[in-house]
Amino acid sequence: MTSVHASSLAVGYGKRPVVDNISLDLQPGELLVLIGTNGSGKSTLLKTLAGLIEPMQGKVTLLSSAPGQLPTQVAYLPQHPVSSHTLPLCVQDVVAMGRFAHLGLFKRSTDTDRAIVLESMKRTGIDSQANDPIRDLSGGQQQRTHLAQVLARRAEVLLLDEPTAGLDLNGRKAVAELIATERSRGVTVVLATHELADAESANMVMLLAQRVVSLGAPTEALRDEYLRECFGFTQPH
Amino acid sequence: MNYLVDPFANNEFMRLALFGGILVACTCAIAGTFVVLRGLAFVGDALAHGVLPGIATAMLLGFSGILGAAIGAAVMMGGVSIVSRKFRLSGDTAIGLLFVGMLSLGVVITSRSTSFVGDLTRILFGELLGITTTDLAWQFAALIIVGAIAFVSRRPFLLLSVDDGLARTSGFSARLFHNVMLTMVAITVIASFQTVGTLLVLGMLIAPAATGSLFARRIESMMLIAALVGSLSTYIGLLISYHYDLAAGASIVLTAVMIFAVSATANEVRKARGHDHHDHEHPHVHGEIHV
Repeated sequence: MTSVHASSLAVGYGKRPVVDNISLDLQPGELLVLIGTNGSGKSTLLKTLAGLIEPMQGKVTLLSSAPGQLPTQVAYLPQHPVSSHTLPLCVQDVVAMGRFAHLGLFKRSTDTDRAIVLESMKRTGIDSQANDPIRDLSGGQQQRTHLAQVLARRAEVLLLDEPTAGLDLNGRKAVAELIATERSRGVTVVLATHELADAESANMVMLLAQRVVSLGAPTEALRDEYLRECFGFTQPH
Repeated sequence: MNYLVDPFANNEFMRLALFGGILVACTCAIAGTFVVLRGLAFVGDALAHGVLPGIATAMLLGFSGILGAAIGAAVMMGGVSIVSRKFRLSGDTAIGLLFVGMLSLGVVITSRSTSFVGDLTRILFGELLGITTTDLAWQFAALIIVGAIAFVSRRPFLLLSVDDGLARTSGFSARLFHNVMLTMVAITVIASFQTVGTLLVLGMLIAPAATGSLFARRIESMMLIAALVGSLSTYIGLLISYHYDLAAGASIVLTAVMIFAVSATANEVRKARGHDHHDHEHPHVHGEIHV
């Protein structure tokens, strides 16, 4: 089954599309990297895939269903997850919220749910702070917590909007390893980023500048003329 | 000891006021926790005032004040929803418009009769010392209903407190559960107006829950702290009211706000000391980011 399908898709707010004419197919285990400047349409496309914004035109499905219809199988990490300073929540409670899509209103959490939460915290290295209030953590630690929450969903499609924002080199490497592990389990990943290096292991790269500048394998999509058109510069060779 | 116990031991109206106040404190602790977490203080304020024309109309026409308050709250919530969606106004502008509109309507209705002056004061500030066993039964029923709503909706409420988008991508309707949360707040306001009044119920919704948020690491403990602070405020406020002949409802809310002020100051001092200590012990811990 195709994990993500879009044909002639237009995404945006109000009546004006931010990006249009998006057509793509992603299979299980594939990675699509969205690259572009601020306001290029990366987050708008991810929000549309997550079901938070209605598509303006065209067709889009995730696991053969409309966006937002499969909360247990699609997980979304927003660009700036909220960690309100008023929230009296410890790290493990925030990560456990990743299981709510499976539990609904009435199901009681089981040992399996708790084991998944613990494993997710271990995978992002935040387990040693499981009982710390999230409002007392640094930005990087909060990002690890939100990433663990997304992993705890055990979804088949991950939509990640700049998950390495605010992380150092080690942090970015660890996120890359997490994504590789998820893909090896058959999880499809759509990743929005500013880092060209994140595209190295991708199956497909989409270069955005309020339109699709290029779409294809990294070597094809990141050609100098496309990068110059998108960013005004090229990669050092 | 007599100073602390005798007012309640010797006067039934003080005992009833204490029980009623504690029930209000527990109801407000549950609803107020989500009001504080979701940033609904202005909505709570608007609901507290929005019920005024409903109560005034009920008194004018001779039907139940609780029913009038419920109608007022429904008009307020529906009006905010319609104005914000149809006229593309921000939520706080829509709330502000309905808030002043409903408050003015309430004052206009009450100004039709001079006999309403005393009633208006009672609506705004409550009549805790005149509480009856029937009022207690209503307040207990409200506590059960509010507790049941919060228990059933705890997961979407928690997600909404973090982010609407998180609730939606987790499979919960943000609009539906936002409205359920507002209904819970409305029930709290309606049930509490007879005891602490519509003006002061907001203080009981916010001050104890805000104190809870300073110390709690879990939602349940925030509610528990809020209930304890609200109950303690009721006891202290009633004592002050009895011994110094002051307004009971206002004394209770003032006590709750004072407890918050003292707690917030103590918490800041504790954190400042903790940071100093922490810096000496782990000079390199800040700034490290490992994923």
